[in-house]
Amino acid sequence: MIDTVNPIIAPENLIYAKSEVLLDNIMHYCPGCSHGVVNKLIAEVIEDMGIQQTTIGIAPVGCAVFAYNYLDIDWQEASHGRAPAVATGVKRLLPDTFVFSYQGDGDLAAIGTAETIHACNRGENIVMVFVNNGIYGMTGGQMAPTTLPGMQSSTCPFGREASRDGHPLKITELLAQLPGTSYVTRQAVHTAASVRKTKKALRLAFENQKLNKGTSVIEVVATCSSGWKMTPVQANKWMEENMFAYYPLGDMKNE
Amino acid sequence: MKEIKLMKGNEAIAEAAIRCGADGYFGYPITPQSEVMETLMALKPWETTGMVVLQAESEIASINMVYGGAGCGKKVLTSSSSPGVSLMQEGLTYLAGAELPCVVVNVVRGGPGLGTIQPAQSDYFQAVKGGGHGDYKLIVLAPASVQEMADFVDLAFDLAFKYRNPAFILTDGVIGQMMEKVELAPFKPRWTNEEIEKNHPWATMGKKQRKERNVITSVELDPYKHEDLNKKLQAKYRLIQETEVRLEMIACEDADYLLVAYGASARICEKAVEVARSKGIKVGLLRPITLFPFPTLEIKRLAAQVKGILSVEMSAGQMVEDVRLAANGVVRVEHFGRLGGIIHSPSEVVEALENFFLKA
Ligand SMILES: Cc1ncc(C[n+]2csc(CCOP(=O)(O)OP(=O)(O)O)c2C)c(N)n1
Ligand code: SF4
Repeated sequence: MIDTVNPIIAPENLIYAKSEVLLDNIMHYCPGCSHGVVNKLIAEVIEDMGIQQTTIGIAPVGCAVFAYNYLDIDWQEASHGRAPAVATGVKRLLPDTFVFSYQGDGDLAAIGTAETIHACNRGENIVMVFVNNGIYGMTGGQMAPTTLPGMQSSTCPFGREASRDGHPLKITELLAQLPGTSYVTRQAVHTAASVRKTKKALRLAFENQKLNKGTSVIEVVATCSSGWKMTPVQANKWMEENMFAYYPLGDMKNE
Repeated sequence: MKEIKLMKGNEAIAEAAIRCGADGYFGYPITPQSEVMETLMALKPWETTGMVVLQAESEIASINMVYGGAGCGKKVLTSSSSPGVSLMQEGLTYLAGAELPCVVVNVVRGGPGLGTIQPAQSDYFQAVKGGGHGDYKLIVLAPASVQEMADFVDLAFDLAFKYRNPAFILTDGVIGQMMEKVELAPFKPRWTNEEIEKNHPWATMGKKQRKERNVITSVELDPYKHEDLNKKLQAKYRLIQETEVRLEMIACEDADYLLVAYGASARICEKAVEVARSKGIKVGLLRPITLFPFPTLEIKRLAAQVKGILSVEMSAGQMVEDVRLAANGVVRVEHFGRLGGIIHSPSEVVEALENFFLKA
């Protein structure tokens, strides 16, 4: 096998290479987790734009808490839900840098709702990357603000019931209403085509920041096979059939 | 030429922040300290020194904006009063854990709960013992005049950056609201980004040409490494305890009785010393200027000299615990203080002293 593959590894045959912004540390994400793909896409966009030296990432509390081990840029690790406020502090004091927050649904749409809405409402000139897997991955699969009706989690073992647990929060639609946001989109990373689209969306968001256009919000509807108790393949299928119906993909705002 | 102005304590904080080259202020209105942000907004420092001033959506947001700015090596501060500072406790423990320098001002009002907007000193435990989770310490300064409100902003930033630790100004509604003459310090230029990169190589300003990325964090899941981190923090706190104690002693040389008081209470006790001495009772006053580090050794020394110590605070008795620990049973230590926003008078203090120590 090696004998047949090795000669093929030649510069002229390479169509894909690992981003230089991506470190060699082994990712702690579960197999099939969307976080790894989104981390990688951000690394690629940073490399493509040549902004590795001037980008500061704000990591959340959630499964992406150690994102700073994967991207070779400066990072700050925020407390749960406060990444948009931390990002505000960074961007206001270093307006010439590129600043993004990276947050899960619990972080962005439950405990940090106020920080999220107000950062967007002020039109903070930052990128918010929002990984919506409909569950609390890091703490072991509890109900999230975005958990679908009927969907099971360890804190709604018989399924989410709107009358008791409230409705899944479409926070991205809400953020698109705010004059402070300039680009609000919902994407996914489960197919090659969707990965390419998400990368394009991320690129646009960072370009917007260069142009001082206000807040860009990139939601990525994601799988959490561990939290959902599915194989990665099942999780992708379940996401397509159920999550996309409630969280339709596409741009909500592009100004 | 000296610049002397009559101003409120809260206004002095704002003026001093601009003058000492602060880069940013983030805050949320609350009585009795709203004048800090109001003064900053009126002075528009973004047009002169380039300082950023932003009204946040909550104290939770303010302290996290401070975290972001502090992580960039910038001189950032926030101010609030008791209920708001309760909301900042999470942020403060993260700042301490990530070893970020910043300045936080608490113009204390009476609690618990929404309490009152009148002055109090009932947040000593929260400030000095750590109101958030984990083994951490804030450097706590206690101004007793409007002049010190101004001077301690600069001092707090110096200490915060020297030790990479949040510095806290614990004051109260009396000092925040009262007007006194202040000699203002000359303007210091804000640090340039190049200066920050050079002097604070840990700051996240974008990786630039550094080989290693900078990461501001307080998480460490390996318990052995985390124990080491905690030990390092404790060593720092010990160093601060050994190096940075500040206090003022008034009429202590020949004192038979000692008052210990900080902030507004210390001002009242200065007068109480006079009243007591006019009655022939030899009373001295020890005023801690730093509450952490606490002047333990000085109190211990005086405990061997005096016949009684009275800790005077506008609280149910918080600092008195540290005074007792310092006296370590050598002499009787009592507490006196009015509660809930009532300010004690000098004669009440002397009466309490007489009741505790001079009545058979
Ligand atoms: C103040 C606080 N409350 C609760 C937690 C525990 N906690 C850690 S991560 C998390 C939820 C993470 O879920 P999400 O934001 O959806 O991210 P995911 O792990 O799914 O990527 C919770 C509740 C915490 N660390 N801090
Ligand atoms: S628990 Fe879920 S979100 Fe977390 S790493 Fe595993 S799959 Fe990803």
